[in-house]
Amino acid sequence: MQVKREERYSLRLQVNGKRYEEQVEPRKLLSDFLREDCGLTGTHVGCEHGVCGACTVLVDGRAVRSCLVLAIQAEGADITTVEGLAKDGKPHPLQEAFAEFHALQCGFCTPGILMSSVEFLQTHADPGKEEIADMLSGHLCRCTGYKGIVEAVQQLADRRKEGEERESGDPVSICSRTTPTV
Amino acid sequence: MKPAAFDYLRPSTVEEACQYLQEYGEEGKLIAGGQSLVPILNMRLSTPECLIDISGLEELKYIREEGDWLHIGALTRQRDVERSALVREKTPLLAEALPYIGHMQTRNRGTFGGSLVHADPTAEIPLSLLALQAAVVIQSVEETREVNVEDFFITYLTTDLMPNEMLREVKIPIGSIPKGYSFQEYSRKHGDFALVSAACVLDVDEQERITSVRLTLGGVDAVPVLARDVEGLILGEKLTDSLLLEASRAAAADVDPEGDLHASREYRLHLAQVFAARVLETAYHRAVLGKGSAT
Repeated sequence: MQVKREERYSLRLQVNGKRYEEQVEPRKLLSDFLREDCGLTGTHVGCEHGVCGACTVLVDGRAVRSCLVLAIQAEGADITTVEGLAKDGKPHPLQEAFAEFHALQCGFCTPGILMSSVEFLQTHADPGKEEIADMLSGHLCRCTGYKGIVEAVQQLADRRKEGEERESGDPVSICSRTTPTV
Repeated sequence: MKPAAFDYLRPSTVEEACQYLQEYGEEGKLIAGGQSLVPILNMRLSTPECLIDISGLEELKYIREEGDWLHIGALTRQRDVERSALVREKTPLLAEALPYIGHMQTRNRGTFGGSLVHADPTAEIPLSLLALQAAVVIQSVEETREVNVEDFFITYLTTDLMPNEMLREVKIPIGSIPKGYSFQEYSRKHGDFALVSAACVLDVDEQERITSVRLTLGGVDAVPVLARDVEGLILGEKLTDSLLLEASRAAAADVDPEGDLHASREYRLHLAQVFAARVLETAYHRAVLGKGSAT
């Protein structure tokens, strides 16, 4: 497959369960594609070189920096952005926990942190504070000092362990695909 | 920030990728996970005419054991190597090193081979593979060849790969797995480039005397460095405090770091000795413990 620089490629992928087909330049970043072509401005763009973590989204169930992926590389992918977390007007349990523990102030970094935390909770049954801090090291937050964020993630993990959320189903299972293994 | 415009090619096989490389030569640049390349493109430090996207080549995504070798496909995601039970069992050094690479979010996308060919002198995978005496398999339209990791790195961000070649896989010898290993590094903040990193594999006999050792240091030169003088000092010996001091001094004497705004030359030399001592000591203790549990 070849696309010349001046050409637009008809890119198909799925975002939050909805199919998109948009015309893109090969150089367009996934972060810009989500914001400009899909109109999903919940994915924030901070440093644009993979340091701040604000643009993190799930690509086929894995948290990645959307500013470090070309949109054209995500052809056929199943993407989840922060807009895909709430269901039927009800916030995701992780979003509720963030509100409860004051895990955000200005909110710029929050969408990225939520998406990393979703994948983290899916792959860590019983995370310790250190593991949560390690996951968060890929995100810059200049307001909270991280304490509230760690507590919110920890709280949700603890609740899940206690099975409190059973009535509402598994709160962190939002991806149609599971993480592939080699 | 946007990358400069480029032509985009997406081969569907390794052979097709090699043909593109042959055709485009230095104008063509391979992109796999893109975790080092895309920042460079975004900041326009590099403006290739053409990007050849190999990230979808499933045939180069594997971890498998064949005889005395562990084979890791160049396009295997770093996260998959990190979480592989086979890697943990056969090359625990690598399993210990991988979590130091960037962040979970970049390891989810970054590839094992990508880190190797990017050849940043502070990178964890090159340093570990140098300690493990790994080899790389390189392919072009003309030939497939094998190079020892020791001969692969030329200087900063420069390897033995020619413009028409691509990395196919990494081969790690696992015939006799040393019981002792350790990977440690120092950076200001987790996920930052290491100021100094160190890796060691080591084995001992029944009398706790060292039978083999390889110690490598990163961030202290243009390429990962094998501390060659260490072996002669400690082979056949038990690791005492004084020998540890002598060996770590010898390791630091092998390196020639440059100072930059993150750390001065003197500080890097100091760290090189401290971390050489730490990985030697940890690897030795693990080797002794491993020997104990085996008998």
